[in-house]
Amino acid sequence: MDASLLGVLLNVLTIFILAIYLGVEVIRKVPSLLHTPLMSGSNAISGITVVGAILSLGLVRLIPASHADLRLIATLLSAAALLFAVINIVGGFVVTHRMLGKFRTRK
Amino acid sequence: MTANEILRLAADIGYLAGSICFIIGLRRLSSPKTAVGGNLVGALGMLLALLSAIADTALQADLSGAAPAEVRTYILWLGGAILLGSLSGILLARFVDFKAMPQLVGLFNGFGGLASVLVAGAMILILAGSTTQESPVSAIATAVTALIGSITFWGSLVAAGKLQGVVTEKPVRYRGEQIVKGLMALAALAASAAYIAPELAGNVFPQSTAFILVVVTGSVLGLLLTLPIGGADMPIVIALLNSYSGIAAAATGFVLDPPNKILIIAGALVGASGIILTRLMCHAMNRSLANVLFGGVGAIVQQEGAGDIYAGRVKSTGAEEIAELLRIAQRVVIVPGYGMAVGRAATPVRQLFEAMEAAGTVVEFGIHPVAGRMPGHMNVLLAEESIPYDRLKEMDEINGSFPNTDIVVVIGANDVVNPQARSAQGSPISGMPILDVDAARTVIVVKRSLAPGFAGISNPLFVADNCLMFFADAKQGMEAVLKAYKEG
Repeated sequence: MDASLLGVLLNVLTIFILAIYLGVEVIRKVPSLLHTPLMSGSNAISGITVVGAILSLGLVRLIPASHADLRLIATLLSAAALLFAVINIVGGFVVTHRMLGKFRTRK
Repeated sequence: MTANEILRLAADIGYLAGSICFIIGLRRLSSPKTAVGGNLVGALGMLLALLSAIADTALQADLSGAAPAEVRTYILWLGGAILLGSLSGILLARFVDFKAMPQLVGLFNGFGGLASVLVAGAMILILAGSTTQESPVSAIATAVTALIGSITFWGSLVAAGKLQGVVTEKPVRYRGEQIVKGLMALAALAASAAYIAPELAGNVFPQSTAFILVVVTGSVLGLLLTLPIGGADMPIVIALLNSYSGIAAAATGFVLDPPNKILIIAGALVGASGIILTRLMCHAMNRSLANVLFGGVGAIVQQEGAGDIYAGRVKSTGAEEIAELLRIAQRVVIVPGYGMAVGRAATPVRQLFEAMEAAGTVVEFGIHPVAGRMPGHMNVLLAEESIPYDRLKEMDEINGSFPNTDIVVVIGANDVVNPQARSAQGSPISGMPILDVDAARTVIVVKRSLAPGFAGISNPLFVADNCLMFFADAKQGMEAVLKAYKEG
């Protein structure tokens, strides 16, 4: 592994570890009242894979036209990934919103 | 700056802003007053991430140099999938019955895991076609994504199936179960190794075959790990799978070259929050995660002669007497359990709550953290009935108040109010924190029979001097009590 690759890896690993720590700190004191909405809201955020799907759908064109079948399969996989990620995101945020709308205090 | 440099900058700023939105969104989601806004901030972050990804793609795939027909094809696929996905997501989220919420959340979670696996698969083909060398980091990340993503997908499907009743809620256990799981885990690791370092496997099969093997073994492992887990442990499993979907997304971030930071950040945040919830659930059951995944309450055989402790000592009651008691009570606590959910009894419970409040009685709900089938299940059910959330009390908050409580009404709960948990050992639920309902003046338990709860043990509460049993279906029973209460 060359040095520049190692540098990139360390860079993103640092971000990864800090983000985990941050996630733990941000959520730690959640009341049980919000366990379900928090779970379904964070579940929607896990649909961030959408970014990967959009990228791979575009990168498909790097496959030379001579490999038409490969291109087609990669396109189908990416589009399916995009579809499921978007269902995850939209469904997740909408269902969380619907749920939170039911939580109310005394008028 | 050239146009490309501006686009690059815009995409990076968008990713950064999106990441910040996720952090603020999660922060706000963990407090009742700010939760609605938090969810919207999270959605905004997702929109920013999506737009940035499109800009990023234009650069990485050099779309400006592409033929117009190619760009059109990209936009068609992109728009089509986003449109179809949004539509299905909205329809599912808006029109699925609220009672089916746990399985819906489980299903969405599975989709996230599946998307990660599909992206990893597409990236392999793109690398293979473009003859770019896959970096070792990316190779490891691809195997991790395929493995965890498949486990998440199939595990979530089984969990959702169990909650929907399509798959048996009972723990599916068999002889040699641990060995089978262990062997499958080894097979999955071997397939991953064969993918990461093909020379280890003697270059017998191409990398794409190794990838498929990882997905297949991961899928089987997902099934094997979740099928043996029983219904009452579902809150833990759902929280854990939620964490997995985040980890799979973060791993996808490492698959891409260059690694994508927003995938890594958002995935790590979700992974961490899922782990926190998992730990909270484990604490609430006083069990280790390993015990839930590999052993567990479901495996314990019913105590012998469990019925004997009840013989001739149970005092049973009826709707009239309960209504009478509730009318003279000053403070009442209602303890709901999974029985209220399956019995669809939340509506009569709310009506009784309103009637008692109107009569000047103080009524609160005591909610055990693992009551139900997903974290916070009871809260959602009661909130749907518009019961103000300041009346829903957590276990620690309400436990001290039971000695000053005239009546506790337990509806469809068993193990979470079982005093056996207080004994140091000798019981499968020893050490599990419970609601100390037996400290109240009178406890009324609404339950169909004396059948044991999920833990398969008898409940000494039912024969306590201050306990009255009302043998009825949760819904019909509560309706009868409500009717008697209003008539009196």
